[in-house]
Amino acid sequence: MPDPYYRAAPSGALRIEPLGELTAIFDRRSMQTHLVVSPMPEILHAMGADDCDAATVAVRLAESFDFGGAEEVQPILAERLSELAAMGLVARA
Amino acid sequence: MRHSIRIAVGPVQFRIGSDWPEPIAALARLYAGYPHDEARPADATVRLFAARPWRRWMRPSVHIGGDFVVPDALPLPLSMGLLAAEMGMNLQVALGWRRHMLLHASAVARGGRALIMSGESGSGKSTLAALLGEADWRLMGDEFTLIDPVSGDALAFPRAVSLKNEAIAPVAAQVDAARLGLLMAGTPKGDIRHLIPRPEAIAAMHEPARPALLLFPRFGGEAAIEPMGEGEAFVRLTEASTNYVALGEVGYAALTRFVRETPAFGISYPDSATGIALVEQLWAGAAK
Repeated sequence: MPDPYYRAAPSGALRIEPLGELTAIFDRRSMQTHLVVSPMPEILHAMGADDCDAATVAVRLAESFDFGGAEEVQPILAERLSELAAMGLVARA
Repeated sequence: MRHSIRIAVGPVQFRIGSDWPEPIAALARLYAGYPHDEARPADATVRLFAARPWRRWMRPSVHIGGDFVVPDALPLPLSMGLLAAEMGMNLQVALGWRRHMLLHASAVARGGRALIMSGESGSGKSTLAALLGEADWRLMGDEFTLIDPVSGDALAFPRAVSLKNEAIAPVAAQVDAARLGLLMAGTPKGDIRHLIPRPEAIAAMHEPARPALLLFPRFGGEAAIEPMGEGEAFVRLTEASTNYVALGEVGYAALTRFVRETPAFGISYPDSATGIALVEQLWAGAAK
């Protein structure tokens, strides 16, 4: 089964505040505070306003991060995307 | 309510009503030195009432009421009416206050800057604040500290300090007996005795103080200092705040700013003297 596509929360819905090793994300729609660690903030940033699957996110993150050609990056990102979806921070496109 | 009193503690104006005179008389004594403004509308109302009208006479038992009610709040015997009043005051503030972010934390100030101590019951935050308040610090509060979401300042809530169990003797030994309430033995929270804050602390209760240091004390064990990251301090304070969720984004913004601007440490200490020494050591570094 191909990786699903996701869409990040609309611009302005999230207030993201890095707090040392953690990042706090306030979702204005649900009024919930989420606390996440890398790579969640990086994934959200890389997605922008586009519909993305894990492969797209992997390509975009590779522009800033050195994955060393590791092959397991894509399944890991697919898992993280499904976790972000469970938190309501991204939605299935 | 047949008996009532109005009390201002920090920014909160309470109206406490009671079916009996005793709790009101005890409050009147503890809060005699606080500002009284009969015309000011109450922010929070506490009612101490008899379960049934006849119970007022038969077997006096105090129920706590107000704008917010905890369904299983225990009825207390009339001898603990003051404790019931205090619990009611805490409850109304914890659940009802929206103007500031409310932290379950003690605080003291020096030179216009605040030391805030957060921790579970038994961490010693209240005892440390009481002892520092008897030294050259201004006691801001032993139970709640308010954070102004606009300015980021800490505001005092200097209710009468609730000394518990082992904390009673060392504090009582160094203050004038006139500043102590009656010993309430064997309450659901153990032995309790109130301490009236020093007059200077009450007079200065409307003066904000800039947070300079955040500590998470832990009573027991070897003396130790552990720096705490912004993320962990944030998580702990969301748990220590009674109205973080209710404040929504205002609370989120206030708390992220607070943990970024205020250095935080966990401290362990085997006795109060060591705890105070650790506080002074960290304060010397933080308040430069």
